[in-house]
Amino acid sequence: MQHRYIPMTDEDRQAMLKTIGVSSSDELFADIPEPVRFTGELNIKPAKSEFELKKEMAGLAEQNSHTQSHTSFLGAGVYEHYIPSIVDHVISRSEFYTAYTPYQPEISQGELQAIFEFQTMICEMTGMEVANSSMYDGGTALAEAVNLSAGQTKKKKVIVSKAIHPESLDVIYTYAKGFNLDIIEIDHQNGLTDLDQLKAELDDDTASVVMQYPNFFGQIEPLEDVQSLVSEQQKTMMIVSSNPLALGYLTPPGEFGADIVVGDAQVFGIPTQFGGPHCGYFATTKKLMRKVPGRLVGQTTDDEGRRGFVLTLQAREQHIRRDKATSNICSNQALNALASSVAMSALGKQGVREMAELNMKKARYAKKAFESAGFETLYDGPFFNEFIVKLNKPVQELNEALLQEGFIGGYDLGRDQEQYDHHMLVAVTEVRSKDEIDQFVSKVGELNG
Amino acid sequence: MANEQDFPVIFELSKEGRKGYHLPELDVDDFNLDDEFQKQYIRQEDPDLPEVSELQIMRHYTALSTRNHGVDSGFYPLGSCTMKYNPKMNEDVARLPGLSSIHPYQPESSVQGALALMYDLQTSLSHITGMDYVTLQSAAGAQGEWTGLMMIRAFHEANGDYQRTKVIVPDSAHGTNPASATVAGFEAVTVKSNERGLVDLDDLRRVVDEQTAALMLTNPNTLGLFEKDIIEMAEIVHGAGGRLYYDGANLNAIMGYTRPVDMGFDVVHLNLHKTFTGPHGGGGPGSGPVGVTNELAPFLPKPLIAKTGDEQYFFDYDRPHSIGRIKPYYGNFGINVRAYTYIRSMGPDGLKQVSESAVLNANYMMRRLSEEFELPYDQHCKHEFVLSGKNQKKMGVRTLDMAKRLLDFGYHPPTIYFPLNVEEALMVEPTETEAKETLDEFVDAMNQISKEAKEDPETVQEAPHTTVVDRMDETTAARKPILRYYRD
Ligand SMILES: Cc1ncc(COP(=O)(O)O)c(C=O)c1O
Repeated sequence: MQHRYIPMTDEDRQAMLKTIGVSSSDELFADIPEPVRFTGELNIKPAKSEFELKKEMAGLAEQNSHTQSHTSFLGAGVYEHYIPSIVDHVISRSEFYTAYTPYQPEISQGELQAIFEFQTMICEMTGMEVANSSMYDGGTALAEAVNLSAGQTKKKKVIVSKAIHPESLDVIYTYAKGFNLDIIEIDHQNGLTDLDQLKAELDDDTASVVMQYPNFFGQIEPLEDVQSLVSEQQKTMMIVSSNPLALGYLTPPGEFGADIVVGDAQVFGIPTQFGGPHCGYFATTKKLMRKVPGRLVGQTTDDEGRRGFVLTLQAREQHIRRDKATSNICSNQALNALASSVAMSALGKQGVREMAELNMKKARYAKKAFESAGFETLYDGPFFNEFIVKLNKPVQELNEALLQEGFIGGYDLGRDQEQYDHHMLVAVTEVRSKDEIDQFVSKVGELNG
Repeated sequence: MANEQDFPVIFELSKEGRKGYHLPELDVDDFNLDDEFQKQYIRQEDPDLPEVSELQIMRHYTALSTRNHGVDSGFYPLGSCTMKYNPKMNEDVARLPGLSSIHPYQPESSVQGALALMYDLQTSLSHITGMDYVTLQSAAGAQGEWTGLMMIRAFHEANGDYQRTKVIVPDSAHGTNPASATVAGFEAVTVKSNERGLVDLDDLRRVVDEQTAALMLTNPNTLGLFEKDIIEMAEIVHGAGGRLYYDGANLNAIMGYTRPVDMGFDVVHLNLHKTFTGPHGGGGPGSGPVGVTNELAPFLPKPLIAKTGDEQYFFDYDRPHSIGRIKPYYGNFGINVRAYTYIRSMGPDGLKQVSESAVLNANYMMRRLSEEFELPYDQHCKHEFVLSGKNQKKMGVRTLDMAKRLLDFGYHPPTIYFPLNVEEALMVEPTETEAKETLDEFVDAMNQISKEAKEDPETVQEAPHTTVVDRMDETTAARKPILRYYRD
């Protein structure tokens, strides 16, 4: 059958075989030794026509509850936000999405400049001097930051707050194994990292201290105090994972002396899509510029003196340094970095603050509404757009019931730490209306019994 | 810094007070946030993001897109990257709200459609590679390599084989192979290629020993040649207790003809953003699933997708020997959706046709181009082939110059100066989605450039002549890095 994605006709085939000097294409595969040839038919479903397959996929999609069918209060690292329509229109320009990595700058200025702008915006948001062109996601960006700190300081001990995203913590462990790092976890109290314990663990052997700001519970860690502890050790680095939207309101980690700031730009223009692809970012001080993993775009000029952009400082990367590279990352999340750039351009200087504040105000309204309805909520400290509600029954059970009522409930904190059985982490972003919040609180009240 | 003829960066379009957004209303009681925070935690200086209108943004990025070349713009024979057509249907499917607007922590009962899709994709990839299990978690090829190596490491350690600290990679291997070996805590050891462009078996015997954890191999290799001694290689490595890792970036050549498992491989990663049409997005996102045989399955990253007797899908976290989590959530789902849609569009016959056409296209171009260009390894290739610009270099025209000259003809050049074992390399991968007419036109352009190299070398040396910018000063870019925009 002539498939719509394969233009070769029988006539083409005959002409090409003739030029090559073989009588059939099988001869081109003759160097595959007999014993390793596959002679059966691949056991996958037969081809479907475009119309039928689209229909099937739409049916599969409709089996899922999603944010257009349900009202969601689920966050925990992945959030439903306002995505300006222009974002998808820009990333749907096929000059962007069907291009490879911009290896040929003369015909890749569009992509290169877009990434340069992305790097600039990430620097602005985080208060850092250097940002790369993206990482896979916030979790692996954090794990790479940990590895960078160990390589840079030549120390093996890394202190990690247990109030970071639990899956990021897991990823840190997996990545650290390659370098035999020693990970020390610090507990939290009242929703904040226990600084006394941190102080006790910090010593001359510590490569870095890892914090999340706002942390997994939505609370704002006192980075100023953390920094003053960390700075007592000459070499120890401070690594901060940050939701970049929160930095529209919060003082950026760069101003507290962070050495590396990472996180996920999903909050800017990227749909939740079941957890990926999102867009990790990686920002550092100038001092660490030559240790940064992944691609960096730099500004330069062409032969005529015109401003232009190129991939630069490539001596860090796998295709040049091979086994001595600072990381093995090659493909990254470029198209999502573009999406985030468009969203950040749309929001602009005022919009990011406005959006951050809307999140905070609506979350505070929701927290109070839960309290007025008789729920115990945690914690009392300053927070961003998430807080904890204590329930009478397992969160999972309640969430199943909420689905029937048109809601996607919050995150089940008990799945990570037993002390949080029956505790739901509720996220309220700018897209939730007062009515939706009121109805959610009342429905949770009803179902909670 | 900016001069008149410079194309503006978006910050230069900014004007105080302009807006490109319209946020939902504040419909709850206002709240004085500043009362809640200590002053030092309240941002004093707003981030200097551009203030632009919606149309300004659209024009800016539209103009940028016209300064970029994608597969839809023109032929893109970038070797090792499989720049095939990215079907539009896949894009539509990935944007269905039931796939794009679902959250990774929703109850499993509310995402059965997504889980069914992932399960069927896993199963399909198992059959295509012959591997017993596939995980969809890794975000790209390089992460897949590292994941596979971490599993191999866990496997050896479970056997008490702590001395297996070395991973062997051919000198022609992609840079991520040795880099992934290092990140997984191994020492990368190079095995040489022989004069036929294949792994040198004697050298392989020399480097393999009781410290060997694995051999990483791309087959067909980066020269586009099938490693026909694969059976002996597998015996050598397995005989010494090592495992065989398959870099599946080049799977486009062999679907339906052979499977990694048939060749003796124990672990494989696939680049869904190559063979399976995930768009490259200007550098990503990709997806790099990893397949393993039964003996390595206990070490797969968490979670796996599994199915109960009554067809309910769930995440299986109960995997005590797992290497752990390699990435938050479940991989680049959006790219996996595209790959799945593609596989279902092609079916088993279609995928075999893909490989047949890809190989035929490559051999046809190779034969035609070998009239003007040095072909260092003169034998049938698979989906790609490598030429050397040696002849043209004698005339003072380097491969880089020819690549730049191709830009004037509207082409993205082949991969250049890779693999490292070919002088002045040009690595060409046409893919199966290109028509014969396109291949012929490209060959004509290459022949024309070769003619210019003889008769008018300056035209090539000074290329490109038609692009929006000329060659860039990369030396200064690296020496005095400017990695972000600063206002004057
Ligand atoms: C042969 C080979 N291996 C591995 C990779 C790495 O894949 P990725 O860029 O998805 O990390 C590539 C792609 O660049 C490749 O061509």
